Amino acid sequence: MEPVRRIAGRALPLARADVDTDQIIPSHWLKRLERTGYADGLFEAWRRDPAFVLNDDRYRGAVILLAGANFGSGSSREHAVWALMESGFRAVIAPRVADIFKNNALRNGLVPVELDNATVGRLVDAVRADPATQIAVDVERRTVEAPGVRASFEIDDFARTRLLEGLDDIALTLRHEAEIAAYEAKRADWLPRVR
Amino acid sequence: MANTLSEKIWERHVVRRAPGEPDLLYIDLHLVHEVTSPQAFEGLRLLKRRVHRPDLTLATMDHNVPTNDEPPEPISARQIEAMARNAREFGIRCFPMGSPDQGIVHVISPQLGLTQPGMTIVCGDSHTSTHGALGALAWGIGTSEIEHVLATQTIAQARPGTMAVTVDGALPADCAAKDVILAIIARIGTSGGVGKVIEYRGSTIRALAMEGRLTISNMSIEAGARAGIVGPDDITFAWLEGRPYAPKGPLWERALEDWRSLATDPDARFDRDVAIDATGLRPYVTWGTNPAQSVTIEDRVPDPDALPADARETARRALAYQDLRPGTPVRDIAIDAVFIGSCANARLDDLRAAADVLQGRRVKPGIRALAVPGSMRVKADAERMGLDRVFIDAGFEWREAGCSMCLGMNPDILRPGERCASTSNRNFEGRQGPGGRTHLVSPAVAAATAIAGHFALPSDLR
Repeated sequence: MEPVRRIAGRALPLARADVDTDQIIPSHWLKRLERTGYADGLFEAWRRDPAFVLNDDRYRGAVILLAGANFGSGSSREHAVWALMESGFRAVIAPRVADIFKNNALRNGLVPVELDNATVGRLVDAVRADPATQIAVDVERRTVEAPGVRASFEIDDFARTRLLEGLDDIALTLRHEAEIAAYEAKRADWLPRVR
Repeated sequence: MANTLSEKIWERHVVRRAPGEPDLLYIDLHLVHEVTSPQAFEGLRLLKRRVHRPDLTLATMDHNVPTNDEPPEPISARQIEAMARNAREFGIRCFPMGSPDQGIVHVISPQLGLTQPGMTIVCGDSHTSTHGALGALAWGIGTSEIEHVLATQTIAQARPGTMAVTVDGALPADCAAKDVILAIIARIGTSGGVGKVIEYRGSTIRALAMEGRLTISNMSIEAGARAGIVGPDDITFAWLEGRPYAPKGPLWERALEDWRSLATDPDARFDRDVAIDATGLRPYVTWGTNPAQSVTIEDRVPDPDALPADARETARRALAYQDLRPGTPVRDIAIDAVFIGSCANARLDDLRAAADVLQGRRVKPGIRALAVPGSMRVKADAERMGLDRVFIDAGFEWREAGCSMCLGMNPDILRPGERCASTSNRNFEGRQGPGGRTHLVSPAVAAATAIAGHFALPSDLR
């Protein structure tokens, strides 16, 4: 994973609540064997509507997605994160981000930012009034800044460090092989083995 | 200190705890399927990593597989072949298409006795919450986390909060476990459980057979929860005893002693408590495009203007997509298709509940009706009981096991504009096929609806 310190640029005002991962990328896109090739599937059904905000040229090049509450609910498909990142997004700002989506995002360097409803609303208003509005998400300082808006967001220290340093989770865990082996030595003997 | 059941299981699985870091947890069982795993195996290959515990890993094929006798579509076949190849290469047991043990991953593991109280279970599928019905702590993960579990048999996770949903009282006639969970989601909303493990408690839950508990735990994720769990009891132990992977002999006795200690302490506190009176429930039908948008079958499609302000816009969009008018009685909504299947409702009890309604009746002409058993073992058991004849004689197609029309990854999809009464767990836009319209119901209501041609209860049928 590439280190992520600060994301700054335009934002796309999706501003819908309960956007599930089936909408972000429909299931027929999940037949691929690769981590790439999902950009054309992003919001595939909604994009057929010419009035859908992703089709609005004024927001072309957006790096931040402004969404409603409970963004990324439903299916665990990490493809939703891959599709967003391949389409240029580096952060999602929403009043609430669903648990599995949040984990998937952090593992890929897409920054999930939870802010209160009113602040997200102000960002949406600003971007709708002027699509060139610049928003900055600073992972190090845990802040979001835009003209007239300054807010802090929560991210746990470990997740923040991993983003800042672009660490490989598996390599980190493999440093604790001895602790894993010690745990394994005391597991109950009735626990099932598949083979 | 008093602890809840999920906290106790969590504590038992901590491999490493360090300040400023999430706990590193050991995973007792990792379930794998063909759709979310290929990129994880590829990641291992690239860095020459191995699967740390192939003996705690089980693979099957469910999302993509055809449920009729047609071969898989070429692009699905590629994924099915990749699963078989990865299982071989990394030494993982796989129940492939055609195996008598193949089926939906969340149906086969409990059925084989692999899902046991007190275990931690993960799978690259959000409905992994299902396994909580047996007192396991089980949750869905993404592909990067799959790779991590394959390589280390552990996962680093932020500690979840706790929530109790207590359901008390006898379920009224025509009501099933599905109606209980739809009522819970209607109450707490699609994000009511975010960040938390929901423990289902109370006399209604205790009275449910294992199949019903699996249905309820399955849909925990539809309330946004990390996981759902039911404290193990005699129903759990009776379900497990004698199953292929359940402990035997002296091991069974020792396991049982341990499992009996797995309960929330009487004075433990939950972060949130919700109580539901089961005696007032009616069968639920979803009208919208998320599982919280539901009413009872006695009700009408709601008017968005009458809903709380923050729910209006979503409701308007949902009604437009579903092509429904506010004020329409639910029983007046005609349907084009019926799907009885999915990890929510495709176990033997579910099929039996539907067959009881279908016995001696015919599906209304023009309606496409599909029955898809959750596993090949469920299918075989159902056929031994003659349920296949009941479905077929009623005009249902009787299929092979798989996820099928729950998520439309195989050819079992709705056509644009088609309306379906479905026993699955998600009514998202396009979930059962682009432009398809889904209404979630219980198996008995799905069966009665297939006969009537519009939403109906078994007791409505003459």
